Amino acid sequence: MSAASLHLAVALDGAGWHPAAWRDPAAFPKDLFTAAYWAALVAEAERGLLDFVTIEDSLALQSTRHEGPDGRTDQVRGRFDALLVASRIAPLTGRIGLVPTVTTTHTEPFHIASGLATLDYVSGGRAGWRAQVSGRGAEAAHFGRRDIPGLRPESLDDPETVRLIHELFDEAADVVEVVRRLWDSWEDDAVIRDVPTGRFVDRDRLHYIDFEGSRFSVKGPSIVPRPPQGQPPVTALAHARVPYEFAARGADVVYVTPHDAEQARAIVEEVRGIGNDVLKIFADLVVYVGEDARERKARLDELDGAGHVSDAAIFTGTPGELADLILDWRRAGLEGFRLRPAVLPTDLGAITRRLVPELQRRGAFRSGYEAATLRGHLGLPRPAGRYAGSRR
Amino acid sequence: MKQVILAAHFPGVNNHTVWSDPASGSQIDFASFVHLARTAERGRFDFFFLADGQRLREQRGRIHDLDVVGRPDALTVLAALAAVTDRLGLAATINATFNEPYEIARKLATLDHLSGGRAGWNIVTSSDAFTGENFRRGGFLDHSQRYERAEEFLRTTRELWDSWVPEDLVADPVAGTFAAADAGAFTHHGAQFDIGGHFTVPRSPQRYPLTLQAGDSEEGREFAASTADAVFSRHSTLEAGQAFYRDVKSRLAGHGRSPDSLKILPGVTFALGDTDAEARENADHIRRQQVSPQTAILLLEQLWNRDLSSYDPDGPLPDIDPDVSEDSIIKGRARMHRDPLKTAAEWRALAEAKRLGIRDLIIEVTGRQSFIGSPARIAEEINEFVQADAADGFILVPHLTPTGLDGFVDRVVPLLQERGVFRTDYETTTLRGHLGLENDL
Ligand SMILES: Cc1cc2nc3c(=O)[nH]c(=O)nc-3n(C[C@H](O)[C@H](O)[C@H](O)COP(=O)(O)O)c2cc1C
Repeated sequence: MSAASLHLAVALDGAGWHPAAWRDPAAFPKDLFTAAYWAALVAEAERGLLDFVTIEDSLALQSTRHEGPDGRTDQVRGRFDALLVASRIAPLTGRIGLVPTVTTTHTEPFHIASGLATLDYVSGGRAGWRAQVSGRGAEAAHFGRRDIPGLRPESLDDPETVRLIHELFDEAADVVEVVRRLWDSWEDDAVIRDVPTGRFVDRDRLHYIDFEGSRFSVKGPSIVPRPPQGQPPVTALAHARVPYEFAARGADVVYVTPHDAEQARAIVEEVRGIGNDVLKIFADLVVYVGEDARERKARLDELDGAGHVSDAAIFTGTPGELADLILDWRRAGLEGFRLRPAVLPTDLGAITRRLVPELQRRGAFRSGYEAATLRGHLGLPRPAGRYAGSRR
Repeated sequence: MKQVILAAHFPGVNNHTVWSDPASGSQIDFASFVHLARTAERGRFDFFFLADGQRLREQRGRIHDLDVVGRPDALTVLAALAAVTDRLGLAATINATFNEPYEIARKLATLDHLSGGRAGWNIVTSSDAFTGENFRRGGFLDHSQRYERAEEFLRTTRELWDSWVPEDLVADPVAGTFAAADAGAFTHHGAQFDIGGHFTVPRSPQRYPLTLQAGDSEEGREFAASTADAVFSRHSTLEAGQAFYRDVKSRLAGHGRSPDSLKILPGVTFALGDTDAEARENADHIRRQQVSPQTAILLLEQLWNRDLSSYDPDGPLPDIDPDVSEDSIIKGRARMHRDPLKTAAEWRALAEAKRLGIRDLIIEVTGRQSFIGSPARIAEEINEFVQADAADGFILVPHLTPTGLDGFVDRVVPLLQERGVFRTDYETTTLRGHLGLENDL
């Protein structure tokens, strides 16, 4: 087992993933809307040599109800645009990958491509993208361009819901395709600055992408030259067949949510069966790390008035126990983990200062960054542009 | 005495940016943006400014390849610059046609938080179907509706920015209250936008990021007078500047606004030298770099609206007349000549009188530098323009990336400071504060 091949990421969201995390004595609830708060978290993650951080986002307020806001005043509500947070942090960090969430449902693919390419420039090749569909009616109402009836977890088998899920993921696949084509629409050496002919660019190395889908078409080329990584890695969270297919076709990394090693094995088998050998499969885990993990969770559950529920498995235990779990599940074929700290910065610090050294001791995690780009950390080669060499 | 407002334009997509000079650096690497922004902040500038364009320009059906091409996403690069600057305002040009109010309000409010109150927005109205081909919705908006959408777009973003009052963010762990129950609630029913729900970003430091307007028509001027904090104009000679200034400022009263509540900021270029004579020489050198033989033909084509690729850049102007049909050979850039036949006649007469070939004529008739001279002369002229109400300040467009502002900051800014018309240090932390607009909200 090579040390470099285990990948670790953390998912940053508000004060942490427990709904009452902001009320923990170690939390900084007054700072959530400051740049310094995010800068400190990402610096800590980089201190732990993690592959990347993801930054959660959505175009609506957080809510315990699927259909819309719940009016609760006792949980964190409100958040920043994740892409801009990532960009704000980029100059303050040097190695760690920065992976903001950007929805595929309401944003323009052209803007997504430009924004992420720019993040790749300002971070020197450390940008990634968590592509997320927006299935909530409340988000659609913020745009007024289309009605989305809203996906209810309890009615996932309704024909109407099934149709909507397919529609949203088909559209997301088109968006990812357009974004990737736009990143490739400038060849790496398109800027020639040829004084004798007076040409700044070689227009034969700029390409119209001419995407024509059933929902939209985009002409191209991009307005941003090809980003440093060529293509920033695309990542997606997936819980079921349709999103697995979306991830296998469009993404470089998929986050899945097994609840034990056996389930992990089954999910890996299913995702691999769709046929994309290079797709990296990460498991998401909510983590409370430390000798007091259980008590901390119980205290927060009591403050929130409910036990913490999550789509991902919830781990409570010591760094050693977490290292055991990671190495055990990893044998199911997972390449990495995206840990969701239950309380920030407590559980993040436990990951970087206790879990990571424990994994290093076991020879399972890097002891220094070996690459400068996110692709480099993930062991993904820099892709050639798809249009390179073709002439219009 | 009026204080001068100064902003730095990152040189971008047009033939004023001299990329062929050995001193010219990358137009896209972040280091270039950092250099120019830090230089501007060292010079105590009010803000850093980025233009916009969402499709690569074409001429005669081909991508225009002679000028700098390619730029980063404005808001994304400004968020990164917020990390490497402290006081400098950060203003992005964003069009109101291929964006949605919820998304832009969110991004600008986020930038305002992340920069501690330094966000600015130049709201433009590009609506051509050519640009629309890069977006889901295609062309979708008629030219006549540009300002209707822009006006309602801006009004809607302000409603969103007002959807959180400062008290809504409580964050009291003991009381167990994070945010007010109705924080962010909004509804907007209008002709352009029919939306409702909850906004996700708490009240930002400036409440409303600074708004600039750039557009010169009657509708554009009214839009600016009704609602903008500053105008990015192109009237940069003393007389034209004064006429524009009088016109726009006189419209303010009709909207219940004071003359000081809107700042007029022409975009200007400059050429410096130790002496006025040396500066003129530098200016001529820059002009020749800006108008290569190939660029001369392309610029001539823009007036003639025809293929002139077979003409000799050093030879005489074409005998044939401009094509005045509606079909434009340029895409992604406005046709600049209102009466091409009349302009062509003037150019022919000038070429004849001064015995100029195509390239020399183009150098003569297009894009003169606004300020040419020694540091003392430039400082004096800038101050004179401001005191004479031809402007409230300027958006400087250097011809070199990224060092084009170095000489100005080192040599002209101190002279403005000596005259007491430009700050020697920042007195406020926000962009509105720098412009003296803080109390206007
Ligand atoms: C000084 C100046 C700068 C401008 N910069 C931009 C720009 O960066 N991006 C853009 O899309 N439009 C830009 N515009 C175009 C205007 O927003 C507007 O679409 C155009 O001037 C037509 O409007 P009008 O008829 O009111 O002048 C600029 C206009 C002016 C006068």
